[in-house]
Amino acid sequence: MPSVVSLKGVVKRYTRGKQRVQVLHALDLEIQEGEFLALMGPSGSGKTTLLNLIGGIDRADDGDLVVAGERISALKSRELAHWRARHVGFVFQFYNLMPLLTAEQNVELPLLMTNLSRAQRNNNVQAALDLVGLADRASHKPAELSGGQQQRVAIARALVADPDLLVCDEPTGDLDREMAEQILDLLQMVNREQGKTIIMVTHDSKAAARATRQLHLDKGRLIDAETSVAA
Amino acid sequence: MKFFPLVWTSLWRKKARTIFTLLSIIVAFLLFGLLQGVNAWLSAFGADSHANRLYVVSRVSEISPLPGAYLKQIERVPGIRQVTYIGGIPGYYQEKSNNILAMASDVKTLFAIYPEWQVRPEQLEAISHTRDGAIVGVPLMRAFGWKVGDRIPLRTSVMKQNGSADWNFEIVGTYDIPGSPSLANRLIVNYTYFDEARRLERGTAWAFVVAVDDPSRSAQICAAVDALFVNSPSETTTQDEKAYFLGQLRQLGDVGLMTNAIVAAVLFTLLFLTGNTMMQSVRERTPELAILKTVGFSDRSVTVLVLIESLLLCGLAASAGLAGAAAVFPFAAALGVAGSALPLKVVVEGLTIAVVLAIASGLPPAWRAQRLVIVDALAGR
Repeated sequence: MPSVVSLKGVVKRYTRGKQRVQVLHALDLEIQEGEFLALMGPSGSGKTTLLNLIGGIDRADDGDLVVAGERISALKSRELAHWRARHVGFVFQFYNLMPLLTAEQNVELPLLMTNLSRAQRNNNVQAALDLVGLADRASHKPAELSGGQQQRVAIARALVADPDLLVCDEPTGDLDREMAEQILDLLQMVNREQGKTIIMVTHDSKAAARATRQLHLDKGRLIDAETSVAA
Repeated sequence: MKFFPLVWTSLWRKKARTIFTLLSIIVAFLLFGLLQGVNAWLSAFGADSHANRLYVVSRVSEISPLPGAYLKQIERVPGIRQVTYIGGIPGYYQEKSNNILAMASDVKTLFAIYPEWQVRPEQLEAISHTRDGAIVGVPLMRAFGWKVGDRIPLRTSVMKQNGSADWNFEIVGTYDIPGSPSLANRLIVNYTYFDEARRLERGTAWAFVVAVDDPSRSAQICAAVDALFVNSPSETTTQDEKAYFLGQLRQLGDVGLMTNAIVAAVLFTLLFLTGNTMMQSVRERTPELAILKTVGFSDRSVTVLVLIESLLLCGLAASAGLAGAAAVFPFAAALGVAGSALPLKVVVEGLTIAVVLAIASGLPPAWRAQRLVIVDALAGR
């Protein structure tokens, strides 16, 4: 399997006030196409930072990042935005939906920057909402949906542009167990049936158990790796 | 168009704030339309004046009366075709706010000098047989619901021989000025009746209006008329129609400067109001803008979205304000303080200012949106 993500010597530092903090220490990582990777570790270990770098919404201070066949560390801001639109879908803990837009308008957002016609956009949006089981809630606004349903809309938004990679930051962190299981079922289905590569940051070992591989980060370093047999 | 729902919903994120901002901009552009419209109308005043008409007024002051006997002397100046008196009875009809001027003249001669003033011949004939008759401007007839045959009581400051200042006129006809209907805002009455009936300043006129054969000789004729009365107790100033009207406007002060100053102050205030609204709106939507960038909107796209939002806000409100001004204009015209329609030039100027306002007030929040760092915005920093 070819690598979807290839990181070599990736370093990330933050400046907080007068302090300069190194979050990631010369990190090397390979993620194969079709993997469902769970990234675990204590708070402040650098999980979200690593996810942001792979998703192209943050920049490394050093090192080489090749994601979905593109050396993203070399891309300019505008090129990186276009790259994100084509290759990465994002799912966040708190859904991050536009509160005044309907579910279908939220899902359509990544397609607005493409050259697809209105009809094509509508088809893709309907397909994505069908996939997450919310076709009948297309015209509902986020406030009219439950937390689990909002997260499903966020997953539909992440999938609508058919990206290579899904990056999920604590996707079940704001949900009860039952809802969380449903979301994990959905992610697993997307990984198995659509072959999407998924990187999921989580604190939850039960959620991590759904992944095909778990990685542990501590103080900006990968400390171990194991391959699980996901149920 | 595909971005419209995104922009439109952003605009209405806080309904009350958007409505108040819209109302402020609407009122500002309503004011702009009215003031600049009146200004444009005043600037064009006299543009369609007739070069073959001259006005003879007192050199001391336009309100100083001239001897009526001047008429015969003016008539004898070579090149002059016709002359008549202009006198007047300022007053009001029923309410003090209904100001009306009854202009006293030799009515037949007056209409001959002003051929663009349209009156039916039989009505012109009728006034020569009705001493206290009046020919009334069509807008006045409409405004007060008068009809031919009605008697109009005017309360005035001009005392009659019997000591009363109330004058009554019988409407014998109407007149209209098709190119400038708002100027037909007077009663035209017989000078002879007026002069005989009044107690003070009998045998005088406010001015004389003169028709000349050859407009190219107006300057010489003006000089010749004024030369007649040099060193007399009532020296004159004679001007062609355009110069006369512009002189009257100057007595109001520099209307253009005043209206421009008011409009500039209003628009300057509006700049801060709109800018503040846009800035607040963008600040509240920081996480949402970060999401847009996350899903692939470039920095420039987000900037353009904010600017479009600002343009939509200002454009909609400015259009509504200017439409309001256009709707009010005919009523102002009926009162004789504006033209019959809001000039197109003012509409174009207004929309241009709205675009400039939108860009100026939208740029700071757009700049902020452009510089927004996704991870900081998502983390609430």
